[in-house]
Amino acid sequence: MNRRDSLKAIGLGTITAATLLEACKPNNNKLAEDTTDKTGSADPTRLPNEIERDKKLNAEKFFNDHEMATITILADIIIPKDARSGSASDAKVPDFIEFIVKDKPYNQTPMRGGLRWLDLQCLNRYDKTFVDSTSVQQMEMVNEIAYPKKAKPEMQQGVSFFNRMRDLTATGFFTTKMGLEDLGYVGNTPNKWQGVPADVLKQYGMEGV
Amino acid sequence: MNDIQIKKSSTTYDAVIVGSGAGGGMAGYVLAHAGLKVLMLEAGPFFDPAKDSSQLKWPWESPRRGSSTNTRNFGDFDGAFGGWELVGEPYTTKDKTEFYWFRSRMLGGRTNHWGRISLRMGPNDFKGHHIDGLTDDWPITYDDVKPFYDKVDRMIGIYGTVENLPNEPDGIYLPPPKPRLNELFIKKGAEKAGVTVIPGRGSVLTEALPNNKDRGACFFCGQCGRSCKVYGDFSSSSCLVIPAMKTGNLKVIANAMVREVLTDQSGKATGVSYINKDDMQEYQVKAGIVILGASAGESARLLLNSKSAAHPNGLANSSNVVGKYLHDSTGSSAGGWLPQLMDRKRYNEDGVGSIHIYGPWTKDNKKLDFPRGYHIEFGGGMEMPGYGFGWGMENMNGSVPGRDGKPKEAGGFGASLKDDYRRFYGTGFGMAGRGMAIARADNYCEIDPEVVDKFGIPVLRFHYKWSDYEIKQAKHMQDTFQSIMHEMGATYGPPEGPETNYGLEAPGRIIHEVGTVRMGDDPKTSALNKWCQAHDCKNLFVVDASPFVQQGDKNATWTILALSMRTAEYILDQRKKLNV
Repeated sequence: MNRRDSLKAIGLGTITAATLLEACKPNNNKLAEDTTDKTGSADPTRLPNEIERDKKLNAEKFFNDHEMATITILADIIIPKDARSGSASDAKVPDFIEFIVKDKPYNQTPMRGGLRWLDLQCLNRYDKTFVDSTSVQQMEMVNEIAYPKKAKPEMQQGVSFFNRMRDLTATGFFTTKMGLEDLGYVGNTPNKWQGVPADVLKQYGMEGV
Repeated sequence: MNDIQIKKSSTTYDAVIVGSGAGGGMAGYVLAHAGLKVLMLEAGPFFDPAKDSSQLKWPWESPRRGSSTNTRNFGDFDGAFGGWELVGEPYTTKDKTEFYWFRSRMLGGRTNHWGRISLRMGPNDFKGHHIDGLTDDWPITYDDVKPFYDKVDRMIGIYGTVENLPNEPDGIYLPPPKPRLNELFIKKGAEKAGVTVIPGRGSVLTEALPNNKDRGACFFCGQCGRSCKVYGDFSSSSCLVIPAMKTGNLKVIANAMVREVLTDQSGKATGVSYINKDDMQEYQVKAGIVILGASAGESARLLLNSKSAAHPNGLANSSNVVGKYLHDSTGSSAGGWLPQLMDRKRYNEDGVGSIHIYGPWTKDNKKLDFPRGYHIEFGGGMEMPGYGFGWGMENMNGSVPGRDGKPKEAGGFGASLKDDYRRFYGTGFGMAGRGMAIARADNYCEIDPEVVDKFGIPVLRFHYKWSDYEIKQAKHMQDTFQSIMHEMGATYGPPEGPETNYGLEAPGRIIHEVGTVRMGDDPKTSALNKWCQAHDCKNLFVVDASPFVQQGDKNATWTILALSMRTAEYILDQRKKLNV
């Protein structure tokens, strides 16, 4: 073999001259789901189709004003203000719940139906919707659906609804700055993990494990 | 004039690589550093964790607090775009198959979001036929691959400990992260239940990698799954492709979906054709060597879609095995919480985003009703809250006394409930088995004769069923988990039962598909030789998990890296001898 061939063979060859042929006329046939140009984007970690999707979701409205008012009262009953931190509505949990039902539509009917179920219960007992009932009446109603193990059988749909409300409220609250501080989470920051601190190992008798 | 043409390049690259994941990335790295001119085609967009990762974002920076979307199936901050369903890129199934196929369309592929669990296959995984006659042997042994595992360990960095277990070969290790508090409870309980627990093995730089100025040491944020801005863990994007591009010898074209491998009349590979998603135009490129690293599914699909007169059954498929012997890991899981950990002292327990401890398989199958085994991945600690935080409190707070020592009614609301979320924080833990499924010819993927994707490329059709072996293995996982959780003194639910196949995940869900272009010494029963070179086409190689003859109970990535490095070095050797 000649020197040129053997040099080429061991990877020191040169590419033969070329340029790709250009398209006859440039056009924009790119598909929306494959668009990945992020120039000009406020958040470089989001793809254009993700930004578009969230913009669309934010522009929609699912709950009406009455439903939002009911959700707000319920959320603050579930997580009230206390000595350590604010209430669910202080942490904007109702807005979070509104976004979540748009983002995850399987929540829509259970939430809408549950809210209506609750209003019917209150109308039958107090002649008023949940938001218009007195505090005492609201608490009486909530007590009927907040304890799955002792709720009456005819309250079961309410128990299901309240479980969902409780879950969404807890997630909505404890994933905010207020909630993380309340919980005492101190991670998400550069550090050196050196294992469980010595005093904690001692507390649980785990020194030798 | 037509809007769309096929643009044929007159450049001839030394090699074209399809796919930029672990296999494609490693091949590109080795060949570019050896001076070859390499073109890499990646179906998804360019991705650089340094710029594109969501690492260190707070949960409230996502309107859905990090929960999953249809574009990020593992969470809003997850490092993978793509998922189980891609717009315009369907796959089909037949004969009541339930198969889920995950595609990470991006530079680095799945290596951006994977769990960094890095396990070498052992001697009995490469040569397992002697154990029970149920599996085919690889044409190579652990000793053939060991030098490459060693080089990969040193090059990429992996933590772990030397344990001298017979089928869990030790690597060259950085120190492992110490267990979290919940994991100490797991370790203690598992040992009482007769389950061996050792430090985890993961590709995270718990210490800086000597001689590598491009990568930073891990700073223990626990978010490997988001991919790492300082390249502190293994992603093909950060550790292989981006460094290889710096040599000036690797060109990467992203958003390029390859449709077929081109061959000449003699059957030799000459290059590939692809569609560029940025301009929706068709291109053909020429190369002296074609290397497929598109994943087990996509590489098989490419070969089957590359029919010609010289390769009437698909490229490299005179054996008819391409697409066959597809297998995924088995997987079943459980979890609970530790009442002993209520009201715990707060400290930063994020650790690494890979396993701190795990349980290798040490049982004697002669006493069991299924072959081979599985390892167990454990975890638990004071994690950063995300979507799902606090769910199911009504199943927990009625089982322990309140702060006043009195019994509490389950569920509730108000100040006392709010306090419960604080009390229970950090008590949870989980465990998951990941095991060996037996490779069978009648689990396969093939080309659907009727369906094309939005690019006009014929799609894959899957035919796959778990056998009794895998179902019984999952039952053993569930029984083992119950034992461990009992010995931990944890609170937990009943095991999964036969109605759910003992919690056995549907095929594809573990995202460890392998085996579709198997290697072997006999061209009648294998598509590739022991160098992952196609028997029927000497300048065609496959470097992802397609060549695996039989997966072990070890996650595939580390073996993909070692085999790809070995194949790339073989290519260099063969080029010197002018054989390819």
